[in-house]
Amino acid sequence: MESQIAQYIPVLMLFGLASAFAFGTLLFSALAGKKGYRSRIKDTAYECGMEPVGEGSARFSVKFYLVAMLFILFDVEVVFLYPWAVVYKDMLEQNAHLIFGSMMIFLLLFLVGFVYEIKKKAFDWKS
Amino acid sequence: MQELLFYIFSALTLICGFLVVANPFTRNPVTSAMFLVLTIVSMAGLFVLLNAFFLAAVQVMVYAGAVIVLFLFVIMLLDVKEVERQHYNLFGVVLGLLGLLSVGGMLIKAILASGVGKDLHPHMEGTTKDLGMKLFTDYVLPFEIMGVLLLVGMIGVILLSKKNLR
Amino acid sequence: MDFLNDSSHWGTFLFFSALKVVMAFAVVMPMVAYSVMLERRLSAAIQDRIGPNRVGPFGLLQPLADGLKSFLKEDFTPSHVRKVYFIIAPAVSMIPAFLTIAVIPFGSVMGTQAMVIANLNVGILYTFSVVSLGVYGIVLAGWASNSKYPFLGGIRASAQMISYEIAMGMAAVPVFMLVGDLNLGKVIEYQANGAWLVFKQPIAFVIFLVAAFAETNRLPFDLPESETELVSGYNTEYSSMKFALFFMGEYAAMIAVSALMVTLFFGGWTLPFFGLNEAATSIAGGIAHILVFLGKVACFMVFFIWIRWMIPRFRYDQLMDLGWRRFLPLALANIIITAAILWMQHL
Repeated sequence: MESQIAQYIPVLMLFGLASAFAFGTLLFSALAGKKGYRSRIKDTAYECGMEPVGEGSARFSVKFYLVAMLFILFDVEVVFLYPWAVVYKDMLEQNAHLIFGSMMIFLLLFLVGFVYEIKKKAFDWKS
Repeated sequence: MQELLFYIFSALTLICGFLVVANPFTRNPVTSAMFLVLTIVSMAGLFVLLNAFFLAAVQVMVYAGAVIVLFLFVIMLLDVKEVERQHYNLFGVVLGLLGLLSVGGMLIKAILASGVGKDLHPHMEGTTKDLGMKLFTDYVLPFEIMGVLLLVGMIGVILLSKKNLR
Repeated sequence: MDFLNDSSHWGTFLFFSALKVVMAFAVVMPMVAYSVMLERRLSAAIQDRIGPNRVGPFGLLQPLADGLKSFLKEDFTPSHVRKVYFIIAPAVSMIPAFLTIAVIPFGSVMGTQAMVIANLNVGILYTFSVVSLGVYGIVLAGWASNSKYPFLGGIRASAQMISYEIAMGMAAVPVFMLVGDLNLGKVIEYQANGAWLVFKQPIAFVIFLVAAFAETNRLPFDLPESETELVSGYNTEYSSMKFALFFMGEYAAMIAVSALMVTLFFGGWTLPFFGLNEAATSIAGGIAHILVFLGKVACFMVFFIWIRWMIPRFRYDQLMDLGWRRFLPLALANIIITAAILWMQHL
């Protein structure tokens, strides 16, 4: 099979099999599993045997949010690195300065941002 | 086979997209975010059918894998409860409809002008190599501008989230 | 599309694809089960204990007993959870781990069939995009449990996974600069014709390896489920088969990243002696290649388990610091150095 589109069909098959397995086992264990009693104490959230205090979903540090935002930006950088890496050797034959220089400028810009993040303590989890 | 897959994926995209904004069963923002993931994954399927393989992979990686994770974080950070049924005001509805109609009209006009169904063939396979070649010869300047944009984004992130730290 | 018209060809393709999918699944599932078993025996050996040895000869039937047990246990869904997400989260965390194996070539050829489920040209990008979907299972599990420890564990896990995804993605870039193609089959071809990439890109390998530990939430980076602080992390409220699915997902992810590392840095199914560098011409050769591949993966699994009992856990700030402030610049420097060397070779 030469066509690339056809190569995605086995991926769909694998997805089908994996999800069938996952949901199948969940269903089977729900049917076959022991049926226990329920009680108020058993239904409480686990907090080391103490009565649960407050709500289940506590608020968390803004730093996780910061990491998620930076992740998007860095992910986009990585996405641009891959087409560049693939053509790098071929492009060296044609226009070596362009392919090397263009990515170096891009990475320089990236580095400026990165140094700024570090100076602003974006990755400092102690404080 | 390809037509069938196209209809399946586009139906999935539309249905999931609809459920993101107007889910009749729940107003839970996490559910909306999860349907947005499904929308994006089925759109990646459409990209595959258009021979845009790189775009499909990147679509899932950046949107489903990064952007919506951020959405989930925001929903959980702000601890958004079920959104209440909004009260619609007439002015907003009219303006929204007008906007929708004009954008829709433009889209339909553009699609009709592009000559759909006139026996078009893709000019190139959307492989990573072709894309890289194009990007690093004809589109170097936009690429560098992208770099500046990302830099602005990075600075914006700090300004938004760390106002108290000088 | 011409291949659609050739119906017999099409039928063969579908048949062999289905066969490969089922076979790969049938190999990975026992591997998951027996790596749990291996982990228990190996950790016992390291700590001078005996480990499970009662079920069957040498305790070899232990995984079967464990599986049966998790089916028959009470499937308890506490009433304070968000039901729908609580139930689908284990499945959502397991499915991506299994999808990763689709693009990894686990052998050369058998007859006319290439031993890879889907020979995608975007190869590694497919892997990264599927891996990035693995975050959802954990976030959803933590959130749906509606309980403090799972919530903290889920948030921690997702922040850790996305942090190290960047390091992982960047570490692999120099490999593809040398190979010049994203298809993983081409990566193996490149290594068969020269040296394994671990010798050419040792820094890339080290970063990738550490990022792999963090991605799969293994010690020394198992912060999401650090027992002393978070009980069991995101799966605290889970029981029975739902818990087992998380467990299977974790081990399947370990197998998948091991297979990925074998492919990217250790020559995949090739071996530089016995003429195993060439694509197989006979069925026996094909089987030998698959065995070589599985052997290399098994070595990595043992390494994963061994590390777990050798190194203490990092602190969370150390983990984030390591990922963002150490590995990211290092990976970047590695890319620039590789680019510069290739450039100078060309001048």
